[in-house]
Amino acid sequence: MSYPHVMQASIRMVDQTRDKRLKDEFLELTLADKDKLLREYHPDFNQGVKRRLRVGCNRGDLVPKELADFLEAPSRLAINSVKLDRIEYRTDVLIIGTGGAGLSAAITAREAGADVLLTTKLRMGDSNTIMAEGGIGAATGKEDSPVIHYVDTLIGGRGTNVGDLVEVLVTEAPFIVEWLSSLGVNFDRLPDGSYFTHRPGGHSRRRSHSVKDLTGLEIMRVLGDEIRNLGIEVLEFSPAVELLMDHKGQCGGAILRNLDTQMPVVVQAKVTILATGGMGRLHPLGFPTSNHYGATADGLVVGYRTGTRLIYAESVQFHPTGTAWPEQVLGLLVSEALRAQGAQVVNAQGEMFAASLETRDALAAAIIRECGGRQQGVQTPTGMVGVWIDTPLIDIIHGPGTFKRRFIGIFARFQEYGINPVIEPILVYPTQHYQNGGIAINAHGESSVPNLYAAGEVSGGVHGQNRLGSNSLLDIFVFGRRAGKHAAEKAGRVSCGNLSLEHVRRFETELRDAGIATDTRSPLILPDYRFEKAMTRVQHV
Amino acid sequence: MESNDTIQKIPIHIMGKKYQVPMGLTIMKALEYSGYHLTRGCGCRGGVCGACVTIYCNKDDYRWQIGLACQTVVNENILLVQLPYVPAHKANYDIRRIEPSEENVVSLYPELLRCMGCNTCTRSCPMGLEVMNYISATITGDWQKVKKLSMDCIMCGMCAARCPAELAPFNIAMLVRRIVACKAHQTPQYLAQRLDDIRKGMYSAELAKLKGMGKMELLECFREFQATKGEAV
Repeated sequence: MSYPHVMQASIRMVDQTRDKRLKDEFLELTLADKDKLLREYHPDFNQGVKRRLRVGCNRGDLVPKELADFLEAPSRLAINSVKLDRIEYRTDVLIIGTGGAGLSAAITAREAGADVLLTTKLRMGDSNTIMAEGGIGAATGKEDSPVIHYVDTLIGGRGTNVGDLVEVLVTEAPFIVEWLSSLGVNFDRLPDGSYFTHRPGGHSRRRSHSVKDLTGLEIMRVLGDEIRNLGIEVLEFSPAVELLMDHKGQCGGAILRNLDTQMPVVVQAKVTILATGGMGRLHPLGFPTSNHYGATADGLVVGYRTGTRLIYAESVQFHPTGTAWPEQVLGLLVSEALRAQGAQVVNAQGEMFAASLETRDALAAAIIRECGGRQQGVQTPTGMVGVWIDTPLIDIIHGPGTFKRRFIGIFARFQEYGINPVIEPILVYPTQHYQNGGIAINAHGESSVPNLYAAGEVSGGVHGQNRLGSNSLLDIFVFGRRAGKHAAEKAGRVSCGNLSLEHVRRFETELRDAGIATDTRSPLILPDYRFEKAMTRVQHV
Repeated sequence: MESNDTIQKIPIHIMGKKYQVPMGLTIMKALEYSGYHLTRGCGCRGGVCGACVTIYCNKDDYRWQIGLACQTVVNENILLVQLPYVPAHKANYDIRRIEPSEENVVSLYPELLRCMGCNTCTRSCPMGLEVMNYISATITGDWQKVKKLSMDCIMCGMCAARCPAELAPFNIAMLVRRIVACKAHQTPQYLAQRLDDIRKGMYSAELAKLKGMGKMELLECFREFQATKGEAV
């Protein structure tokens, strides 16, 4: 089956230029040139795609436009018609979101003796966590230490991480591996019983603990099984559409929407934990995303209205090489190791336009420039655009059989769709991958609003402005558990006030005073890909 | 980008209703192109969560096919329906207290012994797993084999939906995999030591020092750690 007809001409050009390119070298950018490239084309540095918030406690901060649109919109609820005295659920700890952070918070809160209610917009377990392949970073090895892990994380975050949070992250990491293993997660082990580990980019030691290439799936299966065994109640297809406050200024729970009946559900909770994950389905800057269907920043939206402070909400991580074809695997990441083994990045004409091992941010910017302003990208039938990674070079350089030996996962993935990366190039484009910032938390997961916690991708500060690989899977369990434990204890001392949506009224007044008039209603809940929106588009920067 | 008029379209049938969609779309995108705003039947969109499992027939073919909507490309005149939820028996247990014996597994899932060996489960698996073989292995107690054969399971439930003996193989395998992991779980000595050291606060002073450092100092530490990677990589 292979590539569609419209892409074959470009592939022929890649074949034709290959021999010449084998001897060519594309020089890496000088610091000055890289700076210029980033400023002009990298999404993070592009002021034009961001907007300053005009309302709320982060007023004046820059955030991606798509996020601003939803942060600065009125509620999708007709707040005057919601009957807050019809309380359908009362609980100690309400946890919104059922990815790794939400489930680990629930298990821990229950262990601490609290009454727990989990709610989620799709099924329990539907999350970004379930797709995680790489592994959990933890300084378990003899040559390793939490001190080294700390430094790696800070440098990866460009020095902007909140030190107290990183200290917690790295010292609790080894306990997380132990905890998950004791629950029944089948971590890969060596014959002597020690954990198999590998070293992700930016780390100075081997410390990522994995389960084949399905670490997230394996962990989420186990945690989901545990939740069911513990009998913790889960409301599925019930996203939170607003948080509730009370007359004492505490967070008092949430209003959920039953997506099957469209009816509101009022939940009164002594303590609430937001574990709502990322924002990839807002498609910041129009990029494809590696995120799951429900990643629409709902937690940021409903949290922001309560007055909770955000940190580094501007910072979005783009991976330079997400799969651009075929559609089925759009946005899934393609390993950097391909380039490390000699595969060059080339445009539709089969020409190099960047050094293969340019740093991730510069390579992402270069690809965006090539497909955008320079119009040298490869067009696909679905509307997606991309550049080639010339994978056939790998066997040519290192000998036949190399590709299948070192990249069997990638080989199998593309074989599924009739593409043989040993003899055909593969198509890539930068992909939105992770929300680096979010709701500011302290070491217990508390936000700046009383009785409102946050854990996982929705929170900010742990990773600074750039997250390292294997630190997200770690983050969700460390802070999920800490938030769960602290919330359970806190709940014992909380007396609930009268529920109110006054904070939403105040926020909407602030919107009007700032002259913001929009048809958008937030949170988004689910992205809309109907009709022509089903066809992939890339809006070039 | 071609306009809607010039894209080549093919007919598909969503729960018996005919729609025209562009060629080359996945079932999921074809549903969305036709106007469905998916609530159920959509999850990771990347082939690992099982939310979008779909039953479909190809034109002029009596056989039921089962695949993931996010991964399967539509054919001309495909007949399709999604199955976003399967009511399946899931036993309740405390994994830390459970006695890991065949008898115990069977007592939690007595329907195991109803297995007819018809292989319908295997043919229903969108991941191509050897479901019947891991059910046999469960009964005989070869649990390493169960773990190996069921490891890539995305818990879509189709095996349970189609089993004439009403087993839920995916839930049974879940139990066995957890048993295998808990049995194998032993804290390696180096990790036990590390946990103990952390509890005793061995790293507190150094971490406190690092928290007070500026970026340039941290960069120096980083370079040193990178330079001493040695055997640890």
